[in-house]
Amino acid sequence: MSEDKPDLIAPAPAQPAEPGMDRRDFLRRALGAGLTVAAAGALGWGLYDPKGPSAAGLAQAPVKLGDYSIKSQAGKMAVVRASQRVPALQAGLKALGGLESFIHKGDRVLIKVNAGFATPPNLGATTNPELLGELIKQCLSAGAQRVVVTDNPINDPQSCFALTGIGQATQAAGGVLMPPLERHFHPTTVEGGRLIRDWPVLYGPFEGVTKVIGLCPVKDHHRSGASMTMKNWYGLLGGRRNIFHQDIHTIIAELAMLVRPTLVILDGVVSMISNGPTGGSPDDLKATGTLILSTDQVAADALGATLLGKTPADLPFIGNAATRGLGSSDWRSLNPQEVSLLDQGASAWA
Amino acid sequence: MGIVSVRRVSQVFFFAWFLWFCLVSSLGEQYWQLRGWPVNWFLQLDPLAALASLLASGSLYSGMAWAVLTIALTAVLGRFFCSWLCPFGAMHHFLGWLATRRLSARQQMQKNQPHAAQAIKYYLLLGLLAAAGAQTLHRLAGLPLSLGGAAGWLSLLALLTALAALTVRRLWPQPRQALAAGLATLALLLGLCLWTSPGEVIGASLQSGLLDPIPLVQRSVNLILLPALDAAAGKLWVAARHYQGAWLIALVFGAALLLNFKVPRFYCRFICPLGALLGLVGHWALWRVGRREAQCKGCQPCATRCEGACDPFRHLRQSECVLCMNCLDTCRDGQMTYQTSRSAAGEVPLPDLSRRGVILSLVSGVVAVPALRLGGLVGPNWSPALIRPPGALGEEQFVERCLKCGQCMRVCPTNVLQPTGLERGLEALWTPSLNMRIGTSGCQLNCVACGQICPTAAIRPITLEEKRGQGAYANAGPLRLGTAFVDRGRCLPWAMDRPCIVCQENCPVSPKAIVTREQYSVLARGKVTGRQSDTLSLAGAALIPGRLGTGDYFLQPMSGDAAARRRIRENGADNVNLLPGGAWSPAEGEAVEVVVRLQQPQIDPSRCIGCGVCEHECPVSGQRAIRVSAENESRSPKRSLLL
Repeated sequence: MSEDKPDLIAPAPAQPAEPGMDRRDFLRRALGAGLTVAAAGALGWGLYDPKGPSAAGLAQAPVKLGDYSIKSQAGKMAVVRASQRVPALQAGLKALGGLESFIHKGDRVLIKVNAGFATPPNLGATTNPELLGELIKQCLSAGAQRVVVTDNPINDPQSCFALTGIGQATQAAGGVLMPPLERHFHPTTVEGGRLIRDWPVLYGPFEGVTKVIGLCPVKDHHRSGASMTMKNWYGLLGGRRNIFHQDIHTIIAELAMLVRPTLVILDGVVSMISNGPTGGSPDDLKATGTLILSTDQVAADALGATLLGKTPADLPFIGNAATRGLGSSDWRSLNPQEVSLLDQGASAWA
Repeated sequence: MGIVSVRRVSQVFFFAWFLWFCLVSSLGEQYWQLRGWPVNWFLQLDPLAALASLLASGSLYSGMAWAVLTIALTAVLGRFFCSWLCPFGAMHHFLGWLATRRLSARQQMQKNQPHAAQAIKYYLLLGLLAAAGAQTLHRLAGLPLSLGGAAGWLSLLALLTALAALTVRRLWPQPRQALAAGLATLALLLGLCLWTSPGEVIGASLQSGLLDPIPLVQRSVNLILLPALDAAAGKLWVAARHYQGAWLIALVFGAALLLNFKVPRFYCRFICPLGALLGLVGHWALWRVGRREAQCKGCQPCATRCEGACDPFRHLRQSECVLCMNCLDTCRDGQMTYQTSRSAAGEVPLPDLSRRGVILSLVSGVVAVPALRLGGLVGPNWSPALIRPPGALGEEQFVERCLKCGQCMRVCPTNVLQPTGLERGLEALWTPSLNMRIGTSGCQLNCVACGQICPTAAIRPITLEEKRGQGAYANAGPLRLGTAFVDRGRCLPWAMDRPCIVCQENCPVSPKAIVTREQYSVLARGKVTGRQSDTLSLAGAALIPGRLGTGDYFLQPMSGDAAARRRIRENGADNVNLLPGGAWSPAEGEAVEVVVRLQQPQIDPSRCIGCGVCEHECPVSGQRAIRVSAENESRSPKRSLLL
């Protein structure tokens, strides 16, 4: 196969160039050379970097999560005994004076769910979709302008939101699901904290948000003892967050410093009492018939611990958080509103 | 609308479908996600993939039967596939047009002249089919024939005999020579069949996918184009997709495309083994492009845009004609036509294949398998790092079926499924294996997507029940991909007295396959020098203030008495404050120990399924402290670990 090669060599001029000076040609070349020298010089001068990169690298601008709690609602708590989640939520919100006392017209609400694992809802490893759907509806009917649902799960995010039913429940109820895209993470530092320093958090969904609600189930957790409302904020951390397990009780307390929620809702209607936090079998669940709503996440966890047969003293992170003034480890001191939807009316937590 | 316009519409139409199928191979219920779209359709229409996997594995799996349609249509119409349907062909067609559109008619004609190298693709085809078919005779010899099976095998045999007879006739034109050659070949094959026994080394290997254009383009779009585009757009995936060794796939793909600037349809003319197969089948075609009359004006514009370089002006190379129909369009005289009779100016049915070349490529193909296998990678030297997806067949059967098309890696929701690199041998190149460090999680417990999409059942279409070992599969137990092993030299609680157990927490099976062993390790010793209720002054223990108050640290007497141990609430450099309660109250002057409570992970191999979530989550982020290797994988009984 032959091919026409382009001529690489210019044809020789008909007459050899005259030796000696051609003024116009020289000026043209001088101009070209001068511009090249000037451009190279300008480039070198303008982009000259005498130091090289610093060890810290190119830091992103830090962000800070706001304080979403309502001062007048501090220390509120409602405890509902029930076997069904949706009526329990309705009764609990009513006992707290209605969701209207927390969510006002025009509020933009963020609900932090636990969508950590790609398991179906009946295995109880993740936030219950029916409960979530009802909460979103209540937020919207209380006047919320927008309800965002988010989490940075452990398993594949898309699979998690699909399999747990959280994605569908959010969509059906009129909420907005925000998966943890890379661009949503920005570094933050918790003031007075030791571990969360310049660490990436899932900040994107928080932009423009005015109220934050934590919604998660009660689960056994081998390392920390229990995974409840404070541990639920772990799902806001990015990066290789697993290194914090070396000091789990401190990181959970710092997470409670990171997020000051409007309200937390702890679903102990069914609790995962073994093989947590993944579960994987209905045998790992137990009906504990309790839904806890509180503006004090420490108190909510303190009561939640009892559903797993533990005391707050068994869970050092509760003490750590209480010592930092983040809430009360003595949940009874909040005088919770107690409601029972069960026939017997017996309170199992007493 | 002229025939060329119809062809262009067809090319754009099928190319768009192809891209659409690549795009919608995402798990989900939206219309643009995988919910019944026939995403394997192009692979299933590919007769090379079907024939090679049929030769290698002995079965024409499910949708691969579509290939029969392609063969049938090619036998009637010629190589329509290449210019009307093939998405890779469409890319080459377009790029070839781009590269030559400014050239003069004369230069274009030069670019589209037939070339002796067009025979190379036939050698490649024969080599690849020989490697795939090395075991076929054995299979035929030992097959318990059912009626349907017999009919299938006989027709395959007839087809192959016809192709072989054709080749023989061309290579040995004299009848006596041809007969001798045929008998010699038959004797050789029967000898091979009777005196060798297939095993791990002598076997079949499906390597056609390396060059077969449909798996090639599928793999390249799935693993290179889409991830690269989505890294910018961020629409398909939450986290950026990664594919190990992507550079090599990109290099092959890019080189194939760029070679169009050297010669239009370079890949189609010189390399494409599918084109060669279709050329062999299509040279009998009932309808064919050709000249009406032996004499024409000789203006030759018919040769300027000839996609197949089949020389329509002189003796038309029938097997090379890709039915682009450009010659029909460019002939000013209406001489070129698509008709039932042969070209009036004469035909060349096949390119010049040399006798030696054919024998060499067949023998190379057959010999290649033991050459690849002698390294023992399919046998005793199997790589424990090669973790196959759930439902994958045993390694020997797996390499008889895997097309290297990358569909499983495309559909895998977590991105853990990766194209294997050259480090596991040429046979395993671009076959799927798990890399727990890539992706959003290991192999997800409630997912069987890879087996459902696999076009050849190299990964069986298992159900969730089978994967989890539930229902009818309760006795068999869950499918295991391998076993996790704790590297005690790297694991924080084992090697560095630091609490962790992220692996145990993330183990998805119930009951967990990672159990923990409780251990209290002594960090410091000291003597109590003073005491004020629960605050003790310690001498001799240099403590970092505030570090022991996390709930993991305890004080205990030197005896190590577990009952006496008390949790530390907080500490200074030389004092500790204990939580109230507890049976033991250290006295002044007593020697005490500061200990940390550790939970040290251990694998229960009877429960571990090798999903690799633990490895993915391990905070030792480089070389992980817990790693899955292929021991105990369900697909290979020889690799079992437990009694």
